[in-house]
Order: sequence, then C-alpha cells, then structure tokens
Amino acid sequence: MKALRRLFDFHGGVKPESGKSMSTTSPIRPVPLPARLVVPLGQSAGDAAIPLVSVGQKVLKGERIGGANGKVSAAVHAPTSGTVVEIGTATMPHPSGLAAPAISIEPDGLDRWADLEPVNLRATPADQLRDLARDAGLVGLGGAVFPTHLKLHPGREGHTHTLIINGAECEPYITCDDLLMRERAAGVVRGAAIMRELLQADHVVVGIEDNKPEAIAAMQAAAAQAGTGVEVVAIPTRYPAGGAKQLIRVLTGIEVPYGERSTDYGVQCFNVGTAYALHQAFDQGIPLLSRVVTVSGNVERPGNYEVLIGTPMEHVVALAGPRPDSNRYIMGGPMMGLAMPRLDVPVVKATNAILVGSPTLFAPPPPEQACIRCGECARACPADLQPFELYWFSRARNFGKAQEYNLFDCIECGCCAYVCPSHIPLVDYYRFAKSEIWAREREKAAADQARERFEFRNFRQEREKEEKAAKLAAKAAETHAKLGEGAAPAPAAEDDPKKALIAAALARAKAQKDAVTPKNTEGLSAETRAEIADIDKRRAEAGLTGATAAGEAAPPAPDDKPAATTRDA
Amino acid sequence: MIHSPFIRKPASVQQVMFTVLLALVPGIAAYVWQIGAGILVNLAIATVTALAAEALMLRIRGRPVGLSLGDLSAVVTAWLVALCFPSIVPWWLTVLGVLVAIVPAKHLYGGLGQNPFNPAMAAYCTMIVAYPALMSQWPPVGELGFAAQLDLILGGARDLDAITAATPLDALRTGLRMEGANVATLLEQNRTAFGVLGGRGWEWVALGYLAGGLFLLARGVITWHMPAAFIAALAVISGAFWLAHPEQFAPPLFHLASGGAMLGAFFIVTDPVSGATTPRGKLLFAAGVALVAYLIRNFGAYPEGIAFAVLLMNMCVPLVDMKTQPRVFGHRGEKS
Ligand code: SF4
Ligand code: SF4
Repeated sequence: MKALRRLFDFHGGVKPESGKSMSTTSPIRPVPLPARLVVPLGQSAGDAAIPLVSVGQKVLKGERIGGANGKVSAAVHAPTSGTVVEIGTATMPHPSGLAAPAISIEPDGLDRWADLEPVNLRATPADQLRDLARDAGLVGLGGAVFPTHLKLHPGREGHTHTLIINGAECEPYITCDDLLMRERAAGVVRGAAIMRELLQADHVVVGIEDNKPEAIAAMQAAAAQAGTGVEVVAIPTRYPAGGAKQLIRVLTGIEVPYGERSTDYGVQCFNVGTAYALHQAFDQGIPLLSRVVTVSGNVERPGNYEVLIGTPMEHVVALAGPRPDSNRYIMGGPMMGLAMPRLDVPVVKATNAILVGSPTLFAPPPPEQACIRCGECARACPADLQPFELYWFSRARNFGKAQEYNLFDCIECGCCAYVCPSHIPLVDYYRFAKSEIWAREREKAAADQARERFEFRNFRQEREKEEKAAKLAAKAAETHAKLGEGAAPAPAAEDDPKKALIAAALARAKAQKDAVTPKNTEGLSAETRAEIADIDKRRAEAGLTGATAAGEAAPPAPDDKPAATTRDA
Repeated sequence: MIHSPFIRKPASVQQVMFTVLLALVPGIAAYVWQIGAGILVNLAIATVTALAAEALMLRIRGRPVGLSLGDLSAVVTAWLVALCFPSIVPWWLTVLGVLVAIVPAKHLYGGLGQNPFNPAMAAYCTMIVAYPALMSQWPPVGELGFAAQLDLILGGARDLDAITAATPLDALRTGLRMEGANVATLLEQNRTAFGVLGGRGWEWVALGYLAGGLFLLARGVITWHMPAAFIAALAVISGAFWLAHPEQFAPPLFHLASGGAMLGAFFIVTDPVSGATTPRGKLLFAAGVALVAYLIRNFGAYPEGIAFAVLLMNMCVPLVDMKTQPRVFGHRGEKS
C-alpha cells in the first residue's frame, strides 16, 4: 500500500534524540478524579465560550457548560458530574501566567453521565453536523486547537482532493498519538471516514513517522478492516514532519504558503486525536471531555494518561512520580512546548504532553555567543528562511528588513535554535520581533482611526455650521418672503442629506479598512499575543500610546493558528 | 523564564573551531615532512600572539574574556596566517601579521562574526605589500635543516640566493619571462623543482590540505558548495587559457596543486563569517575568488592572488547574499 504513494521531501529539519520509548511501555492509564476541575472557557482558537451555568448549579458529565460564541469558537463541557463552585478567572497554561475566564467544578465522585445522543449521520444535513461538532467542543488536538467544524467544509470546488490524518507526532518525548493509534485505531479510522464524508474527500491518507511501527501496523489493520480506503503511510522520521505544512508537502508535494488555507489547495489536515474525538462525538454522543496526555521527562514512571480537561497538571504529574529535583513543567514537546507559569494550571484541550524539567533536563542553554554565520540554522530551517539574517535584523530592531526576509513565514519550530553552535535563542528573537511589529501596526491602525475620526468630527461640525447657516438663511428668506420679497433658496439645505450619506459611507469604508488586520501579522501565536499584550500594557503605562491603545480601536486578533502551524490544527 | 526549544544539539563554536584545527593537521604534517619543522615554530608564535591579542581586545571591549577566548576562533586565524606566510619569515613578521588579523581585521569591526574581511587574508595582503621581499622568500624544498630555518625565523642574516627559494608559481612565472620560454619545456626540464603536479614537496602539502578539507566536509563543518565551485572555476579558467596557449599557460592541475589553492578551497574561502551564506551565493563567491586569483596569478603583480581575490569578493558578499536568497517555503515566483 505505501509503495504506491510517492513521498516528497522538505528542506531542513532536525533529528533530536526522540525520548519517546520511555513513555510507550505501558497502555494509556486512567487518572483518579481530582478535588476540583477548572475548565477554561477559551480552549479553542477564536473566541471563548459563553458560560451556560451558574454558581451552585449541579452538572452532569458531558453537559455543556459553555456555548460557542460566534463562528470561531467551540463549546466546553463538564468533564464529570458535580457542582459549579466558581465562575471566575484562573491562571492559564501559558508562560505569561495570564488569567482567563474559567468554570470550576467540584466533582461529586459519581461520574453520572448526561444523556448521550449519538448522531444519525445519514439523516443529518452537513451543516447541522458541523454545528454538532462545534457543540461537542471539537478542536484540533495536535496543539493548535482550531475549531474543527470550521475545517469540515469541502473546498471551493465542492470536494477535497486529499484528507490528511496527522499521526506523524514528530516532537520528541510525546507519544500520546502513538498510543492512541495503537489502542484505538478503529476509532481513528472511523473518525477519518466521517471526515471524508463531510469533506467529500477523494483520498484519505494517514501519515505516521516510521519510528512508530506498532502504530502503523495497528492503523493499517484497522483501515483494512474498515475497508474505507484509508491509506496509512510511513514517512521518514524528521522533525518537524508533523507540522501540518510539512506533512502536506511530504504526502502531496503541495506547499501551502504562509497565510493561506490548505483547503484552497485541495488538502485538509487533522490530527489523529481529532479524528478519534469526532468519532466519539458522532457515534457515541460523547463530547470532548478528556484527552490522552503524555507525562514524561524527569519522572519515575513516564507514560500516557486519559486526562479530564480541567485536571490540575500537578495532579497528573504526581501519578508519574516526579523526581525530587523537578522544578518546572513544559506543556507540549521540547521543541515547541510552553513553559508553565505554575504547576496547578489545568490540562486543556491543547495539552498533548506535560514534560517535567529539572536543572539538567530541558536546562537553560549555555551562554549565548556571537553568530559566526555558519549557516547551520539555514540548513535546518523547514521554511527555507535565513534564520541568522532574521536574527541580525531582529536584534538591531530593523523590523522592516526582518519582514522583507519573511519573518512571518517562520513557524517557530525551533530547528534553528536547536542546531546553533553559538547557542543563540533565535526563536526568542523572532517572537520579540513579531510582537513588536504587531504592536506597532496596531498602534498605527489605532492612530489612523483616531485621525480619521477626528477629521470626520471636524467635517461634521463644519456641516452642522453650514446647516445652521442654511436654516438661518431659510428663516431669513421666509421672513423676507413674508415681507413680500423673493429670495434665492438656500442650496445648502437641499444638499445636506446627500452629503451626510456620503460622509457616512466614507466613514464605514474606512472603518472596514481598519478592521482588516494587516496580512503579515494575522494569526500570531497565543504566546506572541500575550507578549504583545504585555508590551501594550507597558506602553500604555508609559503613556506612549495615549488614549488610542485601548480596546475599541483594534479588533481582537483572530486567534491563533501559527504557533500551531507546525502542529496539526 | 526560558522558552522553547528546550533541547539543543550538542554543538558549540569551540567544537567547530577545534574540528577546523584538526583538519589542518594533515597539511601541517606534510609541511613538516617535506619542507621542514620551521613551520611549527611559526605556528606557535602565531598562536601565542593571537591569544594574547584576542584577550587584550576582549578586555578592552568589555567582553567576557574566558568564554570568547575559549572559542578557539583566534587560534584558527593564527594557524591560517602562519600557514599562508613563508615558513621562514622572521618572527616579528608573523607577530605583526597576526596582530593585523586580530586587532583591526577582527575586533575593530566588532569581533567574531562581524568582520567583513577574512582576517588571515587581510594579514597576508598587508604584509606582502609592506614586506614584499620577506614575504616572497620560501624555504627551498628539502634543503634547509630545522636549525637553519630556526635561525632565519629568529632573525638570522639572509643570503637570499643560497638559502631561499621562490614558490613553484613564482618560479614558473619568472621562467616564462625569458625569451622563447615554454611551459611544457620548463616543467619538463625542472621536474625536480616542479614535481609531478604542482611543485615538488608542495604538492604533498596540498594533498594534506585536501585530505583535511574532505574531513571537514564529512563532519559537516563546511558544505560542498565553496570548495567545489572554487576548484571547478579554477580548473575551467586555467584549462581554457592552457588549451588556447599551452606554451604560455600552466595546465589546470598545476594551478590546483600549487600555491594556496587547496588551503584556499577548503579553509580560506570557506570562512563562514566573511563569506557568502546562501547556497547559490557560496557558489558565486568561491568561483569569483578562483577567477580573480587566476587572473592575478597570470596577469597581476603577484605570483599568488588568492588573498587579494578573497578580500575583493568579501566586499561583494552583502550584494551576493541579497541577490541569492533561496525561495521561501510556499513562495512562488522566485527561483531557489
Ligand atoms: S547557526 Fe547560529 S551561529 Fe550559525 S549562522 Fe545560524 S545563528 Fe549564526
Ligand atoms: S523557528 Fe523559524 S527560522 Fe527557525 S527553523 Fe523554524 S521556521 Fe526557520
């Protein structure tokens, strides 16, 4: 089967120590209920869900507690039965330590289910199925957490050429997809089949790195049994082969450029975990309540756990036996993961792994030395960038040049920093540059808008003056007429409604223009935006932005694809 | 808080530089074997000078001395200076050369990674302009014992004709100036001086550099682009002249095996800091050095032109890099 498909190569990439074998020895393990679950409302790219419950309310397992808020959003659910004890904010699993709205539930220990309603796929129209996916809280489980329902559309031509199921799992240490495929291959294949229906896909290909022979075998067996024509392909192991763009390139030869959607190229890509979650949601009526999480690193018993969303990380890590010198957690893999601000942050839908670090494992890099322009980074860059040029420009705050050298094509995969013999934290420089550029463009947009508003106000005042003058003139004319003298009609009064209409249209057009986010900054990673928020705050405090920085001016960024681009969406 | 990536490949500048030093060893061994052990004295003098100058400059510039001194980049520069100077130059000339390489050429431009010019080549050019005679007196192959070489290095009197020699490149050039001279007969008559490839004795040194260069390639410290483009361009241009006028121009193999060609191909043009960085840029850069070097060898005022060619091409690097940016993933229109 795999001999039939021609594979393509992508430039660069690295082969770090995989660190995977230690967490694949035992099956996926359950986690006992924690004392409290904290379910963040914003767990997908886009807008946070709207709470549907109130404090003190009893909820059942699987009950929807947050409803999708608009198009780019997904629902959240009670992971177990219990009582809503708080609707407030909680620290998010993000390096910034930002707090965001969350619902806290105290489990009653009974794990009582709400009524589950499997979906009748044949009888339900596609649009409704997409709504059901949204209400089941389905998001990309590769780490990008992009709402799944938005991607379940056939492309412009009414069908999709290739549906790719991403089981590459290229990040070192992470094995949650591996174990999922080994143990629940049939469900993954079933989910892929549902996706195929919704996407009207001609081909379905599951890409798995060839360092996971057990998963490949299991998936091949499941695909053969299902007989749905799902092709399981082993791809060469090389980070970041599991990045959506890289995987698409490897399997189809198509390169999806920055800022464009793969659907427009006839391809759609989902993570294996997402496929499995879709199967559960539609075939069993179970919304996304838990996910498989790898716990590895500086622990005695590395492994994979089925973790309820909202479980505190330290509760899960405790099961794996963290060694005494453990000092921090990383959410995700060592190449692109996020350092956690605290140990009690909740597991969310994006949490594919919790890595425990120590002073020696995932240690800070040796001191930064001068760049010797050796080009190692360029040879490793899967986006074909010249990372050291980006570094020089970012460092010199020459952001224009950095953009000219395609800074925003950087997927922050970390390959460049991984290989740099001078141990330069290159990606940190790119994050910094991106956030600075983004902040500047926001400031500029805000300033433009303020200027236009000011101009419009002047215009309006002028017009009002004219109106007044016209009215006065009319009155005078009337008086004159009464007095029996003819007078020229005042032209201003007649022109006025027209002028107002034009002005309004102009203002609308301008507002629309302003609302469009500049192309090169759209879709920054959550982290970057958090940094931007920081910078904005700093600026506001320093009085740099005046009154314009705040909320109303710039529209909230369309949340989150890119950090994610390397992961699946 | 530290950010991703949380793991690093075990690599360091020090390791890269150490590998380069290691790769120079076969060439140095051949040098000692064929030409004499005087080169070792010069290498030692150069190394000590470079480390002292580097430490001083780092201190003046307020940089962490230990960290940067340990990166071995100064030692690499020192060795390259020593290897491209005649091995019997008086000690102070080596010291001066290394000082030029480290102080103005490297640190006044901002230190490691910032220098636009190849420091060793800057040193060579300065010294050959300042001391043309001393810089042209090479030890005759196999005729000068270590004691005699040491004496010259320490500043002993020079009886020019008796104890020093010109390089094969220089000798051929001088020979060709004579009435009715012909490359083939010159090379044939003087097999003892010109050897089989490009100068008796020196061709072994060239082979040593070649071996070291292949080692660097195998270790991934350099890529194939520069050496391949350099060698190919030198072979093509010298081949073209030779085919057109075999009596006036030496054959390609002679050019490749003599002078600094092999040292240049693998250790000089490949200097990452001052060279081009994109794949196509590297090809252009190295080919440019070879072409200019050939022209200087044959039509210029100096028998060896690699150093000047390198400096000239160093000036073109920003432009070359800019014009040869590879195609970015997903971008269309530009060629890679
Ligand atoms: S790998 Fe590091 S030292 Fe080498 S060119 Fe890139 S940034 Fe510079
Ligand atoms: S982090 Fe950006 S610049 Fe570095 S290798 Fe990845 S894509 Fe290239």
